[in-house]
Amino acid sequence: MPQVLLYLLAKVKKLILHLKKQKKMKEIMTVYYMEAKSAGVGGRKVAWITSGGPVEPLIAMDVIPVYPENHGAMIGASKMGVGLCETAESMGYSPDLCSYARSDIACATVNGGPIGGLPRPDMLVCCNNICGTVLKWYEVQARYFDVPLFILDTPFCHVGFAEEAKRYVRKQLDEYINFLEKVCRKKMDHDRMKEVGKLSLEGQRLWQAVLDTTANRPAPMSAFDAFYHLALIVTLRGTPVVVEYYAQLLAKMKDRVVKGIGAVPNEKYRLLWDNIPIWPRTRWLSQKFAAHDACLVADTYTSAWCGTMKYIDENNFFDSMAEAYTRIYLNIGVDEMSRIVVGMVDKYQVDGIVMHSNRSCKPYSLGQYDIQRIVEKERGIPSLMIEADMVDERSFSESQVATRIDAFMEVIKQRKS
Amino acid sequence: MTEFHDALKDPAAYGKRLKEESGRKVVGYFCSYTPEEMIYAAGAHPFRLFGTGDGIHLADAHFQSYCCSLVRGALEGALAGRFDFLDGVVFPHTCDSIQRLSDVWRVNMHGHFHLDVVLPVKLNTESAKTYMTDVLEKFRSDLEIKLGASISEDDLKKAVRTFNDIRGSLKRLYELKSENPGVVSGADLYAVVKASMIMDRDRVVRVLPGVIRELEKRRGTGEGEEGKRLVLAGGICNHPDVYRVIEEAGGVVVWDDLCTGSRYFEGLMEGSGSAIADLAGHYLARPVCPAKHSGLYSRAERLVEIVKEKRAAGVVFFFLKFCDPHAFDYPYLKKALDEAGIPSMVLEVEDRLPSEVQLMTRFETFVHMI
Repeated sequence: MPQVLLYLLAKVKKLILHLKKQKKMKEIMTVYYMEAKSAGVGGRKVAWITSGGPVEPLIAMDVIPVYPENHGAMIGASKMGVGLCETAESMGYSPDLCSYARSDIACATVNGGPIGGLPRPDMLVCCNNICGTVLKWYEVQARYFDVPLFILDTPFCHVGFAEEAKRYVRKQLDEYINFLEKVCRKKMDHDRMKEVGKLSLEGQRLWQAVLDTTANRPAPMSAFDAFYHLALIVTLRGTPVVVEYYAQLLAKMKDRVVKGIGAVPNEKYRLLWDNIPIWPRTRWLSQKFAAHDACLVADTYTSAWCGTMKYIDENNFFDSMAEAYTRIYLNIGVDEMSRIVVGMVDKYQVDGIVMHSNRSCKPYSLGQYDIQRIVEKERGIPSLMIEADMVDERSFSESQVATRIDAFMEVIKQRKS
Repeated sequence: MTEFHDALKDPAAYGKRLKEESGRKVVGYFCSYTPEEMIYAAGAHPFRLFGTGDGIHLADAHFQSYCCSLVRGALEGALAGRFDFLDGVVFPHTCDSIQRLSDVWRVNMHGHFHLDVVLPVKLNTESAKTYMTDVLEKFRSDLEIKLGASISEDDLKKAVRTFNDIRGSLKRLYELKSENPGVVSGADLYAVVKASMIMDRDRVVRVLPGVIRELEKRRGTGEGEEGKRLVLAGGICNHPDVYRVIEEAGGVVVWDDLCTGSRYFEGLMEGSGSAIADLAGHYLARPVCPAKHSGLYSRAERLVEIVKEKRAAGVVFFFLKFCDPHAFDYPYLKKALDEAGIPSMVLEVEDRLPSEVQLMTRFETFVHMI
């Protein structure tokens, strides 16, 4: 290895060591992206993977997972979405397509965005348990980067998980390992895989426990906080840093509960959020609701990364991944989704639901009107539908949304008085 | 020809009449990926459902405006009671919108059975092949239960033969049109293909050879100047007027890559010994819909090949607004055409076509350019 590379490697390692001592989200994510960006120098492989995909085998193979969807969220939060979406549109992509996909596809060609583009992938891992869009998106990137693509096909569970689907997904897990072994030119260490599985489950348990703390009044954190803390369970599930981080966060939240500190200073109304956040407007929305003494105490989105623990076998994590990854929230029928929402209404004792009708996400948004009707019927609570987009601010009308939130909060207040 | 046009004028009325007259059960289905052969083998009538071009109101309570008109229009038809005569409806898994259509339909529509056929999304692996076969077996037993019928190997073999014959005839009609565009108008050919997904298949299989003979007779007669040869590519085409306007603008559609066209009839079922294996083979190998995966370049390669083989001068992409799978493939398909020196234009429609004047201008401009 040339002298200059060795020097660089040492420098990066030193910086990473220094940063690893601190356990704040920003630092962890900075270290993570630095490692990913310097992966080639350290001889490690980088895999791009969908947010709902099984990351554990990658961790066990020492591959660095990178999440274009997380990148999309960062682009949205840093308000760089419109420019990148426009770039994608000039490349021929319709403005009606998913804005995560549009901004990521554009970003790959211009290396723009908040972190100067994602590190180049050595492989792509696409699990279609969240949508059919990721299949198209990863096909685009597989052609662009000319790297191998693995598709984990998780049949949709309209009313249950069929036996033949179970066999199919289980078989593909073996194919997944074969794919990784081939690309990485090394064997999977199955003991390591078991360890990673344990850590993943532990991370999920802690994340669920953190989310559970908001059942308290006042809620020690809000869904907007959850959107922030979510990054780790998505990206680094299966590593010790996640377990450590959420253990600390849980302790902090429990302490706030004991002390009666709420996320919203004067919490009077409790709401449930549905769908992916409107990333460029989370702060504005958070403040808007807080001004009404309303706290969004829970959401259907952040719990998706710990929603299938009941299917995970602690002692046989690998086999049970087939079911756990197939039966996630977005891969089930609208009726089962409604039951989960009703369960959350009860668990978190909410007074109303705020639904984001997200132009970018059809599996999440189509069917929302029916979920809304079912929940309203079963629990008699009002709901608000906000038409927007998770990244593309051109689909967001601040004055219109503000008026609708004000009117909705009036209804909530009248019902509570 | 009138028989096909008549069936399309009011498909629901046709379905109702067929049900009364034949006493057979009628099973509605979406998309060219539904193994309709199985419905036929069970002694029932497979009846393909399309979106409505009429105003969509009732479905607005269930689907947002950014859902495609095929899905919204289909639900509209159901909510308006137009499909009440159906004994069951089958939803194959294809795109995210059809997926949720099945859910919303199940939650809101009652009175007929509801089956999902959750096909594999990737089609080019051994495990997908095994799963495809499993899904077909499951569909067979589900249908047997829902229809109170049994589907024997012989029933299936007969279905394979019937549908092979229908698809073979449709392909022959396309070839005749391609060789001799004057023999049949685009709108007539469209009507034949589409009606073949609605009409009694025993009737269709008997009538099509006559249509072929008729077109063969017309060859060499009444040929005027030939329009610019075009290929129509996209998803579903619900607009026969497109063909007429293209012809009036000086073009002629000589082949297509549509799910209401060549993607439906290409890929005959091979006699492998087992009818289920034949069916599985067909649905794995037929020209792929962009909602499914069968290699990274297969769709572009096929499109370029069609254009070359049919000596077409250009491609008209015909997209349904909000159809994600097609919209995602467009830039790469266009690039492949550009690289092969094939001009193309894109037309995106919602539930209705743009005004005729507008349409004509766009087609004329394109035809003059190529």
